[in-house]
Amino acid sequence: MPTDHRLDVRKTYKLYVGGKFPRSESARSYVVSDNKGRFLANVAAASRKDARDAVVAARAAFPGWSGATAYNRGQVLYRVAEVMEGRRDQFVEVVSAGEGLSRSRASAAVDRAVDRMVWYAGWADKLAQVLGSTNPVAGPYFDFSVPEPTGVVAVLAPQESSLLGLVSTVAPVVVSGNTCVVASSYDRPLPAVTFAEVLATSDVPGGVVNILTGVVGDTAPTLASHMDVNGIDLTGAAGDAEHATELEVAAVDNLKRVRRAPANEPDWTAEPGLDRISTFLETKTVWHPIGV
Amino acid sequence: MAFEYAPAPESRSVVDLRSSYGLFVNGEFVDGSGHAFKSVSPATEEVLAEMAEATADDVDKAVAAARRAYTRTWSKMSGAERAKYLYRIARIIQERSRELAVLESLDNGKPIRESRDVDVPLVAAYFFYYAGWADKLHHSGFGADPQPHGVAGQIIPWNFPLLMLAWKIAPALACGNTVVLKPAETTSLTALLFAEICQQADLPSGVVNIVTGAGETGQALVAHPGIDKVAFTGSTEVGKAIARTVAGTSKSVTLELGGKAANIVFDDAPLDQAVEGIVNGIFFNQGHVCCAGSRLLVQESVYDEVLMRLKRRMATLRIGDPLDKNTDVGAINSAEQLARIRELSEVGEAEGAERWSAPCKLPDRGFWFAPTVFTGVTQAHRIAREEIFGPVLSVLTFRTPAEAIEKANNTPYGLSAGVWTDKGSRILWMADRLRAGVVWANTFNRFDPTSPFGGYKESGYGREGGRHGLEAYLAH
Repeated sequence: MPTDHRLDVRKTYKLYVGGKFPRSESARSYVVSDNKGRFLANVAAASRKDARDAVVAARAAFPGWSGATAYNRGQVLYRVAEVMEGRRDQFVEVVSAGEGLSRSRASAAVDRAVDRMVWYAGWADKLAQVLGSTNPVAGPYFDFSVPEPTGVVAVLAPQESSLLGLVSTVAPVVVSGNTCVVASSYDRPLPAVTFAEVLATSDVPGGVVNILTGVVGDTAPTLASHMDVNGIDLTGAAGDAEHATELEVAAVDNLKRVRRAPANEPDWTAEPGLDRISTFLETKTVWHPIGV
Repeated sequence: MAFEYAPAPESRSVVDLRSSYGLFVNGEFVDGSGHAFKSVSPATEEVLAEMAEATADDVDKAVAAARRAYTRTWSKMSGAERAKYLYRIARIIQERSRELAVLESLDNGKPIRESRDVDVPLVAAYFFYYAGWADKLHHSGFGADPQPHGVAGQIIPWNFPLLMLAWKIAPALACGNTVVLKPAETTSLTALLFAEICQQADLPSGVVNIVTGAGETGQALVAHPGIDKVAFTGSTEVGKAIARTVAGTSKSVTLELGGKAANIVFDDAPLDQAVEGIVNGIFFNQGHVCCAGSRLLVQESVYDEVLMRLKRRMATLRIGDPLDKNTDVGAINSAEQLARIRELSEVGEAEGAERWSAPCKLPDRGFWFAPTVFTGVTQAHRIAREEIFGPVLSVLTFRTPAEAIEKANNTPYGLSAGVWTDKGSRILWMADRLRAGVVWANTFNRFDPTSPFGGYKESGYGREGGRHGLEAYLAH
């Protein structure tokens, strides 16, 4: 027996729901290949039931996450960036294989993803000051408006940018206190699963981010029409206007806040604005009496 | 001994009603091509005027006029000039306030006390407020050079005809959009009087267009490809239909829809003040208020006391002639709405809730419904879940603050809520947990142009009022 060649221990790529890593309840998986068609892994294929379970987990996590102090949410998300940095090599490997990038370009994408997480983490305790207001009403009231998270948000993560795009869509949703169910890139799901492992080993409470790998067409309609989902980001449906419109129509059943799909996947390297955060915020106005 | 109130009617002579009205397109009154319909006074069923119905063709002309005005005039004008037009409009509204108030009460059925003291002053205030934004938009937090959408299609309800018009038109124009507005079919008269005000202000032709008609007219407006932005206030059902219509387009949408607000009374609340607030919350504007406090949640320990005082107060409400200055509760806006209120009230009884109505004599003609309270209501009852949009209050009880929150949030709506307590920290604790866009503490149904208003969940999306209200009319 040769002793200089060690057989590596492969990873099982599973879903991430409620802080745990279940297989699909359907017991289905699908083959994920690199951009040259070479086998990479069998990845769990989420079912509609998995999507519903993920919504239940996200809803259960909402009171705690939205009720945490903004400072705490910022700290937790910064911690995610720290743990991502520690897993840098692993991310580079799966981004490079999935997106067909050279190691140096994959490296740059991972760097950006970590930096993007840091950027969004810093917003947690600034949103209320930038987006809120005191309102000088004509009467004896202290009147103020504060941004609040919308609730449970479904995120169709970008199909092409498997890590930077993922972080750029998930971080703005959760930084304000929303919880989410993410449908990852179908062809390039491995960075999403590794990202789930980062979340599980940082301080993000289980259920705040739930990640489903598999056929987006299987899970997205369930998420779009789910009556306990409050918003949906259709970014991952970029370029498929017909599918995006179907999902937007389904989302009307409970008047979800919808971020429409762009015609093409955006350039994720550009500095983001606040709009990905503010799409999934509500404004609450409180009239407090003034008197002796 | 009891002193009776003598009649104190406001004179109608200030209003110059025409026998028929057209549409307001490109700065002129024009005939509609559809079937004319009648606008009746809900208090007497008297026909006030014949209204034109705008067909899809008419809507098309109005949208074309708005587009021309947008490209040729309004989008090229400086913000400072737009501001001055809006200030002019605000001033004319103040100058013609009595006329506007009388016509509003005549057409809508709301008491003159409210149209005179609440609606019309607020209408002027919203125009004043947004006028000042027109040349300061780059300071509003929506980018260094925020741009208008273009042409806005706006559809408003019949409960606050002029006020909803102001909420829609003032921010739209301030941001540089032009508009095509459709008032509700039962209350179009003040919108057409507003069109005259636009003429008096020399507002450039086509900046404001008004098309009258019912659902079909609204549908034509929403679906029109020349509309860049849709703003709607009305029922959740119609709001959803609009959201489906615009799905897959690039139109931006804001929806201000229904509600089933909890008005929560704690045992330490000043009870007389709370009772006034409960009455204002549900009987203001005959309960035709999307943010009405239609679910009263009373802490068990003061339930008997609150109900006793509430009924005593309700018995003193004066129901009748909307133009009488002593009237507290006016007419239900339409026969159709009255039928819905009656139906849901019957369902309330059939499901086992106990009904009590204020002992008052209702006029023989017109559409009337006595202020009514249901007790013994459970969360499963339809009268606790569905928006009645009338003077009907459902009463539930709670023991702890946590239970109050649980019950208050147990609704697909999330527009408003009220909290009555003497304890400031509890107000903020409650406000933090209520999933509603507006929380009133020790008050209810307050509105102000600086204060953002709008719902959570199925009460719609987008905000009207304040800096936040600009966002709906800016592309960014």
